[in-house]
Amino acid sequence: MLTSLVAPPSRSTPAEEAAAGMCARDVSAWYGTRQAIGNVSLEIAVNRITAIIGPSGCGKSTFIRCLNRMHEVIRGARASGTVELNGQDIYAPNVDPVRVRRVVGMVFQKPNPFPMMTIFENVVAGLRLEGGYSNRALEDIAERALHQAALWDEVKDVWKRSSGISLSGGQQQRLCIARTLAIEPTVILMDEPCSALDPIATYRIEELMAELKKEYTIAIVTHNMQQASRVSDYTAFMLAEEDRIGHLIEFGPTSKIFTNPSESRTEDYITGRFG
Amino acid sequence: MIASRSVGLAGVPTRGWLRRRTTNGLAAGLVVLSAAGAVAVLLIILGHVLVQGLPSLNPAFFTERPLPPGEAGGGVAPAILGTLEMLAVAGVIGIPVGVATAIYLSEYGRGSLARVISFTIDLIAGLPSIVIGVFVWAWLVRNVVGQYSGLAGGVALAIIMIPILTRTVEETLRIVPDPLREASLALGIPRWKTILRVVLPTAQAGVITAVVLSLARAGGETAPLLLTALGNQFFNLDLLQPTAALPIQIYNYARSPYPDWQAKAWGGALVLITLIGVLSALTRWTIARRSRAH
Amino acid sequence: MASLVRAPADRAAPLGVLGSGGNRGDRVFEAVVSAIAACVPLLLIGIIVLLLLDALPAFLRFGGAFLTQTTWDPVQEKFGAAAYMYGTVVTSLIALLLAAPVGVGCALFIAEYAPLWMRAPVSFLIELLAAIPSIIYGLWGFFILAPLMRGAIEPFLKSAVGPLPVVGALFSGPAVGRDLLVAGVILSIMILPTITAVSREILRAVPDTQREGMLALGATKWETIRKAVLPYARSGIVGAAILGLARALGETMAVTMVIGNSSTQIRASLFTPGYTMASAIANQFTEADKEIYFSAIVAVALVLLAVAAAMNILARLLVWSVARGPRPTA
Repeated sequence: MLTSLVAPPSRSTPAEEAAAGMCARDVSAWYGTRQAIGNVSLEIAVNRITAIIGPSGCGKSTFIRCLNRMHEVIRGARASGTVELNGQDIYAPNVDPVRVRRVVGMVFQKPNPFPMMTIFENVVAGLRLEGGYSNRALEDIAERALHQAALWDEVKDVWKRSSGISLSGGQQQRLCIARTLAIEPTVILMDEPCSALDPIATYRIEELMAELKKEYTIAIVTHNMQQASRVSDYTAFMLAEEDRIGHLIEFGPTSKIFTNPSESRTEDYITGRFG
Repeated sequence: MIASRSVGLAGVPTRGWLRRRTTNGLAAGLVVLSAAGAVAVLLIILGHVLVQGLPSLNPAFFTERPLPPGEAGGGVAPAILGTLEMLAVAGVIGIPVGVATAIYLSEYGRGSLARVISFTIDLIAGLPSIVIGVFVWAWLVRNVVGQYSGLAGGVALAIIMIPILTRTVEETLRIVPDPLREASLALGIPRWKTILRVVLPTAQAGVITAVVLSLARAGGETAPLLLTALGNQFFNLDLLQPTAALPIQIYNYARSPYPDWQAKAWGGALVLITLIGVLSALTRWTIARRSRAH
Repeated sequence: MASLVRAPADRAAPLGVLGSGGNRGDRVFEAVVSAIAACVPLLLIGIIVLLLLDALPAFLRFGGAFLTQTTWDPVQEKFGAAAYMYGTVVTSLIALLLAAPVGVGCALFIAEYAPLWMRAPVSFLIELLAAIPSIIYGLWGFFILAPLMRGAIEPFLKSAVGPLPVVGALFSGPAVGRDLLVAGVILSIMILPTITAVSREILRAVPDTQREGMLALGATKWETIRKAVLPYARSGIVGAAILGLARALGETMAVTMVIGNSSTQIRASLFTPGYTMASAIANQFTEADKEIYFSAIVAVALVLLAVAAAMNILARLLVWSVARGPRPTA
């Protein structure tokens, strides 16, 4: 069991049940001169779902975007610290962020299929970047990805005709998930994937996540505590205090965080005293 | 080690990676080149105007009228005066119409009339200035007035000014926050006074900018003035006579075979562009100062 | 320029919903303002009607031949504007071919590549190109560009492309330096700021979520632009190009100083001097002593008006469609 870490967290203990897929150490991030998060360290366990929760403004989205180097895409933004993926630091000087994003996929809060492409084209968009796939191969991969995203039956008749945005919100999000699955990333990051969806669509995606974690490593940011307790194996609680910088307050198995947290701030948040 | 997905960072598929990196770099280079090229062309043109035009500038240039070819000296004073005259006419016609239309669109405009007016403004703005020149030529020069005249020139410039002025003032008025209007109306101040005493003054800086800039734009137009004011070598205060204008003077000097006149064409160009530049900068600076003061 | 991207229907309704009430001052003011504003459509109608009436004799006398014949003979009173239309089309197309890629490139630089602090200055400088009056472009084109074309660029094109089949015909004949090609080049500089400014607004209208979606799949910056941004912005950029084209059609002074104004023959080579509709009007209006000559010139202006207006409307529709966002197909 990963031991829950008392703030300020600085070391992670070696895992016994679950190996660490990604290991973040002392990750800090800035928007221009304003620091958004400070010294966040935690582990994303392999074949598990790790949830990051906290009130709005605590920096959880900022943190997760540091895990696939999307944070620095914003003009003037930068990050520091190390994030290890299979022993390699993705922030090492000679690492190309483009290659990081190829293996650490991301699903966004608002579904963002490409409107000028068909459903099929959307799914294979990542594969087309590399080129060298035959049409047959693309169709096979796309079909498999759509199966994995539980979308195949709904689109199999129209996937080559209909635009990516002709689907409902929940379907669009599953399309984005299929798009990510098609390139077979090592880790899948999800930034509040259900917050723009209705409860039924949310439930279907949560079901999907439970299936996906058998093959993938998943980290999810959510402002919905119930979702975190339903879905995740490990939970990290972040909070921004007077200095307005987001810190990791506590990290541990979900069951412990939600029934017997070590930190009073965690407990206050869980029980709804703030946020 | 992650068991199920063994593709770590080092093992990222490298299919076509070099090609993709190269294309990326090439594209970035071309994009930077485009921007650099455009700016370079701008600086080259302005540079030429400066270098070629500066030698012609002397006090006589601004105060005397053109002399016959072969005689040294002379200037473009009638043209400067004529431009100012016609801009005055254009302003007298154009500013009230432009501001009134902008007020209508911003404060009253709903329904089909407003949509028609808005669409029409855009259409007129898109008309080539020579077409407007032909219109005023056919209407005033060939018919009503009977000859080329500064009045016709002023009217043509007014037609060119109005769409630009209307659009800019309309945007400026829309930026004035509604709570301001509501507060004034809630105090019992009638609508029309609210517009004149509250909305317009708040938008004052923007309106003045719009007026100055649209006048500057109109002042640089040549084609419509060719067909209406025709040009004049002499000082002329009679608006019913052909009137000189700076752009026309530049045009005539440039087409002439005399080096002295050609040099004066550059001088006129320098004056014209300096005027436009100074006016734009002045209005922007005044706006910036005002907004800092608030 | 932002107003170009926002469709009229998207503009919020003014506060008039509160009503102008029973105040007499209000009624008078509203009536006055409305009356003045209503003069604008009247003006447009007046322009169209007057031009139509004055051009009518020419259209009645020559009919459709006015648009297809190249003979423009005031002495024999035979007028055909085909050569002018040809010159307008060719010079505008050259301008578009040169300005569109560079203009979109500049827009991409400002919107996607330039560091934040560089955006405003570069935008400003490129918009300065639009502030330069047409006559100054004409002056520069006449004294600087034309000799350069005659002395260096046109001979180079002639030797490099001239020998090729088909395409070579474009660059045949003596390179005088005052021809359709030079006019096209000077026009391209003049319409560049229009294309850049509108394209820049279009690119800004593309949501960041589109870029993020592509980046998250492991795309390079250029791939993101090419596959996510540009397809989304496509119709808007076409609209920007058409707006540039519309401007090129109507430019007079810069064109008339470098296009030669001497031949009404339609020949394949870009090195031939010619006219555009606008330059023909500017060059000949003083000679219109006969009524039919006057009418012919007004007819040319009317054709120019129709084409420019049509292009403007088309361009705006395209630009608005991007701002509204994509609609699902099927």
